[in-house]
Amino acid sequence: MTTDELTMSATAPILDVDQVSVALAGRQILDQVSFSVAAGEFTGLIGPNGAGKTTLLRVILGLQRPGSGRVTVLGRHGSLRRQPVGYVPQKVLLDPDMPMRARDLVALGADGDRYGLRLPSRQRNEAVREMLHAVDADRFADARVGTLSGGEQQRVLIAQALISRPRLLLLDEPLANLDLRASQEIVSLLARIASEQQIAVLLSAHEMNPLLPVLDRVVYLAAGRAASGPVDDVITTETLTALYGHPVEVLRVHGRVLVVAGDQPATTGTD
Amino acid sequence: MHAAYSAIFEPGFFASPQVHVAAAIGGLVAIVSAITGVFTVMRGQSFGGHALGDVSAAGGAGALLAGLSPVAGFVGLGIAGAGVMDLIGVRRLRGRDLATGIVLGTAIGLSALFLRLTTTSGATTGATQHVLFGSIFTVPAGTVPVVGALGAVAVAAIAVVYRPLLLATVSPDVAAARGIPVRLVGLAYMAALAVSVGLSSLAIGAILSTALLIGPAAVALRLTRRTGHAVGLACLVGVAVTWLGILLAYDSFYWGTSRQALPVSFFIVALVFASYLASGVPAVRRMVR
Repeated sequence: MTTDELTMSATAPILDVDQVSVALAGRQILDQVSFSVAAGEFTGLIGPNGAGKTTLLRVILGLQRPGSGRVTVLGRHGSLRRQPVGYVPQKVLLDPDMPMRARDLVALGADGDRYGLRLPSRQRNEAVREMLHAVDADRFADARVGTLSGGEQQRVLIAQALISRPRLLLLDEPLANLDLRASQEIVSLLARIASEQQIAVLLSAHEMNPLLPVLDRVVYLAAGRAASGPVDDVITTETLTALYGHPVEVLRVHGRVLVVAGDQPATTGTD
Repeated sequence: MHAAYSAIFEPGFFASPQVHVAAAIGGLVAIVSAITGVFTVMRGQSFGGHALGDVSAAGGAGALLAGLSPVAGFVGLGIAGAGVMDLIGVRRLRGRDLATGIVLGTAIGLSALFLRLTTTSGATTGATQHVLFGSIFTVPAGTVPVVGALGAVAVAAIAVVYRPLLLATVSPDVAAARGIPVRLVGLAYMAALAVSVGLSSLAIGAILSTALLIGPAAVALRLTRRTGHAVGLACLVGVAVTWLGILLAYDSFYWGTSRQALPVSFFIVALVFASYLASGVPAVRRMVR
């Protein structure tokens, strides 16, 4: 396992996951997973469906308590942690008839955890406008969120997650329902935000190819175990075979990476 | 001019104390129902709202049987029902259907029992009609402040949890990650819903309370893009259909020769349905936008 140590900088990492194990209903979902993420880094959390990607994100968010191990965000861990972590979930309930404009959803990211009615605030409106501009969503700021396309909704949700100025942004399968072009747009948007605002981005995906041009590092999950490091170190036949516990082969074809086990591709890369 | 006026407002409409009480209670109930209703529709809990109506019916029937205040029965058992639904699992999508179905069935069974015992034991005729289909013209004037106070509590609860509730409606995980107690916020909303349905059971009947809860909110959702505007518009629609329903029911006494008024609840529900149909007409949509 190439669980590399935190040697990349003198400063503490934004996120440190240390020996995290989770068992749900008697099944081991995560087994001693360790990795860390530094500011401005774009990290892909890659693995086949059911590898434990969502569970790992939920542990980092504090929505799922790990059986053992610990998660440190900006030097804090456990219940003391109240650090802003931006989160874009895989599923959101946005019906077309939901009376909510794109800008209203982003505003909820700023003050959705406050009680009582919202008072008018020029400062908040300005922050919302800026954030919509940053994700290139000005055009549909006043449209109902439920009527937007998948890619447009994804932009609005990213703006919602970013408006509280988090240092760490987690995204759960944001490319799952997007076509190729929308995927590429979201990926380059996230890469730009990560470097411009020095935010650490951790993005889960079952398909790594759209991410390859921008990935600084990869955390590969298989069967609950993880290998992490630079893409070229982790996505190798040796590392992934050790991780899966059975022979797999990594093929590079026309700049694309295919992971195949026997005759069957272990991750889809043939679309 | 005068002829047209008296054709619309039949003699004694504005002088009648029953009309005053009905208009006050109807207006209050319509506002509370509209405000909670917007969230009910957004959260996809219309079925749950209807089940709470059936629970309040059991409460109202039980109160009649025990000689207690109908308001206490309607609202009290409604809140208990909301609690049970939360325990069974109203938060999960599949659990929600299950919880609603179980509570609804039990409530209707209890209503059947209480109503039968009431109608056979006491002199109260028409108890079934009152509990299930409302009796807004027979509500005592002293009930108005009680309805006002309970309604204010429900609206205040919604106002306090407004933003966390919206965020939890769109994504419970994002809300939880922001440190919002999602279950508690949901429970506060369910309690407000129970109070609102209980009050509207008193006015237009337990079975029809769903119409006042869902109808105006559904109309507003079609016509506005903002949650706050939807709440305001739902209140306007709710009060309009309720007061118009009261007027039509009063007038209906003078229609034809039978000298028998038609039920208020029928008119209110018919107007709710008509306004929902109208909200689908593109010309109406453009007018409001």
